[in-house]
Amino acid sequence: MLKTFKKGGVHPPENKLSAGKSIEVLPLPASVFIPVAQHIGAPATPVVGRGDVVKVGQIIAKSSSFVSTNIHSSVSGKVKKVDFQADSSGYPKQGILIDVDGDEWIEDIDRSEDLKKDFDLSGEEIVKKIQDAGIVGLGGATFPTHVKLVPPKGMKADILLINGVECEPYLTSDHRLMLEKTDEILVGIQLLMKALSVDKAVIGIENNKPDAIQRLTEKTKEYNGVSVAPLKVKYPQGGEKQLIKAVTGREVPSGALPIAVGAVVSNVGTAFAVYEAIQKNKPLFERVVTVTGKALANPSNFRVRIGTATSALVDAAGGLPEDSGKVISGGPMMGRAIASLDVPVTKGTSGILLMEKNESTREEMNTCIRCSRCVSACPMGLEPFLLMTLSEKQIFDRAEDDKIMDCIECGSCSYTCPANRPLLDYIRFGKGKVGQIIRSRKK
Amino acid sequence: MSVTVIYTIATLSIIGTSAAVILFFVARKFKVYEDPRIDEVEGSLPGANCGGCGYAGCRAFAEACVKAADLNDLNCPVGGNDTMGSVAGILGLEAVKKEARVAFIRCNGTCDHRPKTNIFDGADTCAIAASVYSGETDCQWGCLGYGDCFTACEFDAIELRADLGVPKIIDDKCVACGACVDACPKNLIELRKKFPKDRKVVVACRNQDKGGVARKACSTACIGCGKCEKECKFDAITIENNLAFIDSDKCKLCRKCVSVCPTNAITEENFPPRKIKEEKKEECSTAK
Repeated sequence: MLKTFKKGGVHPPENKLSAGKSIEVLPLPASVFIPVAQHIGAPATPVVGRGDVVKVGQIIAKSSSFVSTNIHSSVSGKVKKVDFQADSSGYPKQGILIDVDGDEWIEDIDRSEDLKKDFDLSGEEIVKKIQDAGIVGLGGATFPTHVKLVPPKGMKADILLINGVECEPYLTSDHRLMLEKTDEILVGIQLLMKALSVDKAVIGIENNKPDAIQRLTEKTKEYNGVSVAPLKVKYPQGGEKQLIKAVTGREVPSGALPIAVGAVVSNVGTAFAVYEAIQKNKPLFERVVTVTGKALANPSNFRVRIGTATSALVDAAGGLPEDSGKVISGGPMMGRAIASLDVPVTKGTSGILLMEKNESTREEMNTCIRCSRCVSACPMGLEPFLLMTLSEKQIFDRAEDDKIMDCIECGSCSYTCPANRPLLDYIRFGKGKVGQIIRSRKK
Repeated sequence: MSVTVIYTIATLSIIGTSAAVILFFVARKFKVYEDPRIDEVEGSLPGANCGGCGYAGCRAFAEACVKAADLNDLNCPVGGNDTMGSVAGILGLEAVKKEARVAFIRCNGTCDHRPKTNIFDGADTCAIAASVYSGETDCQWGCLGYGDCFTACEFDAIELRADLGVPKIIDDKCVACGACVDACPKNLIELRKKFPKDRKVVVACRNQDKGGVARKACSTACIGCGKCEKECKFDAITIENNLAFIDSDKCKLCRKCVSVCPTNAITEENFPPRKIKEEKKEECSTAK
């Protein structure tokens, strides 16, 4: 029997429309807007100004603290201005607007497609290079990777988990990457293992991607210590804590990090980015993005430069369908609807989903009948109906006691609610408030 | 009468009497002295328990008044000077006259001025909408219009206006308790000095974007041009972060700033109509 996590979970329709489409390179846009805050932690500080000429791969914003990363230019051209523009968070954020002129890369980058397997770097050197290359978790949470690779004092990782689950419906970027860049990902995994000094790595893949499982299982024979764990399909298996539970059976305690149970989780996209950064000297300035939707003419997987406007991706996939209801950055479960097609692709954009009006409209909310479907669906073992009420009534001390901070915002509760209650909306709001209270207490 | 009944009555009477005697002594021994003035002060308060004074209800405020050496820092915004006068009378202290205040929503982004650029269909509260994104219009500072202030107001002093998209404060009912100020996630509501006849001259905008960006999002946004600051003879207007602010304590209601404002971001209310020469501007400000 295949492994999976125990508590909760749901089975939304998969709709992997673009699974059979190989990754295409999106043509260069005319201009890009690169936000300086594309990661969890302190925003980077711009180091270029109006009129500066930049090359592809050049640092344009430097990280100011440990939990932060550098931002590199994804195009060559002239900096038009340092400005504010709305990103997928919905609020205007600082960023650098660059007019594209040609495609000139900095000299260090090896642009060849040859596979480079060998490396003789120490763990520290690898972490340093990852930090310089601005790599963050590409699964969507955008936590700086170098921070994960330096465990807090007294803690030691014994296993590296590679997240190839891609449990979000519609999204196929990781799936395609596993099929097309198998060796690169595996070398990236070796590099991550070296950095963490662990000798075991497991790639978790849901069994709705049999081709990826087969290909990786064959290839892992050539690499020491790496194995593949096929998993039963269940959302949100791609959640860090759920994946650890499914693969190793260990449960991360409430409020703790995965390192507390000796595990570090990285996405396959991140492993690929690590390979490129170290073997090819290529900083993180492009990523694979799935552009999909039922009404879309041509759902595709694109390799996109960071900072490209969403509209360019939609146009390349056949243009905005007429009865589009929502454009979502990310997947349908955890993604955010964006308010404008000018929103740029950032390091955390795993997909652009165009939903039809009838799919995306919320139905009328009814009263809670205490059916407790949300409780059985919650993968963290919380009571979403209760947390919603507490957030609504602003009883934040009790919400904290009831572990609102453990919520991973997977949306299984809202998905499963027969009364169409916006459970996650309220819980997310409560979580924000409780987070503020906890931070102010620490000060 | 049977003996049982007599015994019963006798026993119960003895228990009752002895309990009364014990309770009498216990009550004297453990008597807590409470200033009778607390009850008196509480009686003179409005009893709204709104928390506008900063205390947890009227009783707590009454206790604070009785304990206080003077009434400088204590004020019941609901009752105003009359109530504080009677409180001072009971306590034999001197009442400090406080200027009455009134809430004002610093956003004039009605549907005509601020076109919608997207639709929000999440939970119907400002707090959640603000935690998700900047709002249905391109102005990230303005009113969201779901009425968290309306829900917070216990005095029915806020009116939701579907035709405007921005709530209105009913000055007569507003007691300046500040509940709406805390409820607004965009910090739009300010407690301003209450002028006679409810007249006011206010910058009805909180947009701190640069002029061009602000104007694009809303035709009546403050663009921070500084004309009003130059025009004001009383130093009541300051410009910070591309946004003008009129200090109601310094404002003399001369209305000169209203005439120079190029975007009509400064609104005047409850003034008699101006002379014919300026009729056009008057129309704009009442059309809001």
